[in-house]
Amino acid sequence: MSRPKPEPVQQVKQRRDGALKMLVEGIPYAQFLGIGFDRRGDELTGVLSYDDKLIGNPMLPAIHGGVTAAFLEVTAIIELSWSYLWDDIEAGRIDFDALTPESLPRLPKTIDFTVDYLRSGLPRDAYARARVNRSGRRYASVHVEAWQDNRTRIFAQATGHFLMPARDDTSANG
Amino acid sequence: MSDQNDKILEQARQFIEAIPHSRALGMQMDEIRPGCATLSMPYDTRFVGDPRTGVIHGGAVSALMDTCAGAAVMSHPQAGASTATLDLRIDYMRPATPGQRITARAECYHVTRSVAFVRATTHDEDAERPVATATGAFTVSRPDKPKSEGQA
Repeated sequence: MSRPKPEPVQQVKQRRDGALKMLVEGIPYAQFLGIGFDRRGDELTGVLSYDDKLIGNPMLPAIHGGVTAAFLEVTAIIELSWSYLWDDIEAGRIDFDALTPESLPRLPKTIDFTVDYLRSGLPRDAYARARVNRSGRRYASVHVEAWQDNRTRIFAQATGHFLMPARDDTSANG
Repeated sequence: MSDQNDKILEQARQFIEAIPHSRALGMQMDEIRPGCATLSMPYDTRFVGDPRTGVIHGGAVSALMDTCAGAAVMSHPQAGASTATLDLRIDYMRPATPGQRITARAECYHVTRSVAFVRATTHDEDAERPVATATGAFTVSRPDKPKSEGQA
């Protein structure tokens, strides 16, 4: 019995990176803030590229608390969407070549979001990673933390609850 | 007393209007009085969260409420001239109607020597149904040296 030939790595990368790009570029506000994502396998890291317009306190200077909150929220939403789209992405069920707003997968809706500001955000790039603590049919709970120069010195963290989008296949699969 | 208040309010207004990110979002201060602030921002397609619905991203609403809450703290006679957010919880009630201006109103309802407590509400052009509410704790700036009498 012969095993199926492994998929060429370039094809795998193209599919995953294409799906991620589609997700992130589908959020105008993420583009406005300059948020991008790095991917290692299924692990995502949000990257907030520094820009002067992100400043909230010009005297310190420090990144605006609202920017930090938005960066954490975008990272949480992308991570959550990524986690439930992964199977569809891997099965090639998402056509990311046809990039139209209508073809984008539905995003979860934020119910509430609690941000914990631990230290001020410095005027430089910031990174964030989210962890889906619970993902049910209707609700999900996601934790996210952000850092700058040192991974262990978190400058903000947040927990949010999200309403999951209706799945098209709910009736079919029960 | 009233002169002192006017000074605090003017300082708070100037500070808020000078924030680069507030300017980037087009925020405008509609009202400021001791411990209370009202800020609004226009609808802009760059701030949209989902292009299919055209609804403003929650993060933009957070930015408006965080700024508004900070303004309420700075305008409070007991809270000092500068502040930072310790924590902020935002509850999203409904999507803001695309195309409409959003307005946040914040009230700094309690101040201790170290912490200022704030609540805020955001609505669009339908002021009866809130879009989001927030509660937060903010730092209180401590003057290094005791100020002259008359300082609250």
